[in-house]
Amino acid sequence: MVDILRYRDDEAVGHAAVTVDSFLDQSNAAAVRVEPGDDARALLPHLERIALVEVNFPAFGDGRGYSSARILREAGYDGELRAVGDVLVDQLAYMRRCGYDSFEPDAPLDAGDVEAALARWPDVYQVAADQRAPIWALRHGDGHAA
Amino acid sequence: MYKYDTYDQQMVDTRVAEFRDQARRRLDGSLSEDQFKPLRLMNGLYLQLHAYMLRVAIPYGTLDSRQMHALADIADKYDRGYGHFTTRQNIQYNWIKLEDAADILADLAKVEMHAIQTSGNCIRNISSDHFAGAAADEVADPRPYAELLRQWSSFHPEFSYLPRKFKIAVIASKKDRAAMRLHDIGIRIVKRDGALGAAFYVGGGMGRTPMIAPCIREFVPLDQLVTYAEACLRVYNRHGRRDNKYKARIKILVHELGAEEYTRQVEEEFALLLEQGVEPPLAELERIKTYFEEPLFADAAADALDRSDPDFALWADRNTVPHKTAGYVSAVVSLKPPGGIPGDATAEQMRLMGDLAKDYSCDELRVMHTQNIVLPHVRTADLHTLWTALDAAGLGSPNLDTVEDIIACPGLDYCSLANARSIPVAQKIATRFADSGKTAQLGELKLKISGCINACGHHHAGHIGILGVDKKGVENYQLSLGGSEAEDVSLAKITGPGFDEDGVVDAVDTVTQVYERERRDGERFIDTYRRIGMTPFKEALYG
Ligand code: SF4
Repeated sequence: MVDILRYRDDEAVGHAAVTVDSFLDQSNAAAVRVEPGDDARALLPHLERIALVEVNFPAFGDGRGYSSARILREAGYDGELRAVGDVLVDQLAYMRRCGYDSFEPDAPLDAGDVEAALARWPDVYQVAADQRAPIWALRHGDGHAA
Repeated sequence: MYKYDTYDQQMVDTRVAEFRDQARRRLDGSLSEDQFKPLRLMNGLYLQLHAYMLRVAIPYGTLDSRQMHALADIADKYDRGYGHFTTRQNIQYNWIKLEDAADILADLAKVEMHAIQTSGNCIRNISSDHFAGAAADEVADPRPYAELLRQWSSFHPEFSYLPRKFKIAVIASKKDRAAMRLHDIGIRIVKRDGALGAAFYVGGGMGRTPMIAPCIREFVPLDQLVTYAEACLRVYNRHGRRDNKYKARIKILVHELGAEEYTRQVEEEFALLLEQGVEPPLAELERIKTYFEEPLFADAAADALDRSDPDFALWADRNTVPHKTAGYVSAVVSLKPPGGIPGDATAEQMRLMGDLAKDYSCDELRVMHTQNIVLPHVRTADLHTLWTALDAAGLGSPNLDTVEDIIACPGLDYCSLANARSIPVAQKIATRFADSGKTAQLGELKLKISGCINACGHHHAGHIGILGVDKKGVENYQLSLGGSEAEDVSLAKITGPGFDEDGVVDAVDTVTQVYERERRDGERFIDTYRRIGMTPFKEALYG
């Protein structure tokens, strides 16, 4: 097993993820892997039987996976959402904000760097999938989000 | 002017700390150049031909004298005593050392400035009308909306790895002084039945495939502005092309899908996002607006100008524009002395402009996308004193919007992508017309030069455009006519075969002769061109 960073308390899914196409064809898989060109919305009718969505980042500069993640979270998906592939420490904070709660990077990350990166930003400017209250909500004290 | 609160300050300070750490990791070798590149780009640091270049954001082109002084100090301390104002209302320093970059960002943060997202495939610094808050024709000051979007787009977690860079401009008048429809998103604040809203134009741009943005929504209510922008960006992030860098801008997506289909997808996404509560409350917009309240203008009767000094009168006629308040004008400080480098200013000039802004312009300056500086609120009574100080510092050229007021990109003198030099061509053209005394007779004539197809010099949008190309290893220049980036937006057409450096200077002269011969009363160059078409110009150039 490769190193997986996980920010969840539940049991990880034990079996390998299948492609979106095979997931839509068969009904028994609980883990599915989304490629950059896949439409994450195709999974929405089936969210209740999914426990793990892996989103592949073949290259860190391809940012489609950020939208895929938010779309799943916005639709209420609360299973594991894992960023896989060219996942670098400097992208972790944004990925967390978009709803990722586990990471399987191609190259192992330094634990200290990860901690520093995730603790870096005291506040955020916008609403995303992580329920953090944006600065405008703090300014106006309306206790937005969680 | 907008002022940071503790939140804004903390975000910028955090960014400085983050970048300091990244630069350290690059310098000690733990980050490769490939890994470091996207990180430095998110902080405006480019590797150019000779050194690093740092691009500093000037949000919607507005700054005060304290900030202008800080920019001057950076030029002295870390560069060679000058800076270059850009077509996106920013400033660039061309001779930066990586070791200094974090310190520069820290100096900037002290005066509420930064270099965040001035490069990279993310939402760039937001530009606006340089006469915002002073123009008589605006329905509102567009800058609060730009500031709202600045905050929304800063460190946006979903839109920091877009297919390509993303530029937004916000204006609030019929006249377009920001090339709004040549941006990825152009927003025009409009009034409908007494209420303000935003018209969205999406998919414009220059570069190798210039396009004029179509209007995809005529009225977005102000309490849905951010949500609508988010929908536009999400459709682009998901479906914009990533297979070819030259087809990755949103203009290609809008063009390939068709404006109607793109709009349909945006509206669908918009409906879903409305449920997500991403929109700041109107109270936030109101909070921002309080920083942009009109300065207390003196109750000045419209003083008649003392025109006894002809040089001053010439400058006042050419370089000042009417203000919404009687007794005031907006004065343009030309950074285009004939023979100079368009958009460059020395540290001393920056300090002088800062001081003059403090004394005579309610402590405000603006950067124009045409690479000049505006003092937006000047009392007519102070104009002569102002001009005297400017003129003594080489900042008094009376050439706003004339053939000498050239936009030129850095070109082969600095830029690693260039095919040809832009600056020397601009210098030769400006000098030729200044020497012949024809500048004033030609009136408004917008000339724009790019050193390669990337079109940073906006040549597609020039009444006269010049594009540097590489012809078998020799610098060659294509001439085009008929572009405009204003409200009468149009794209220029190429005249025919290109010219060498001196040839293109002659060609510009030839083209202006055709205009002088053919023009009718009050026609600008562009009007004459539109009336008579390309043929007479072609005949004169190649006949
Ligand atoms: S137009 Fe080309 S040469 Fe000029 S600055 Fe842009 S990339 Fe460089």
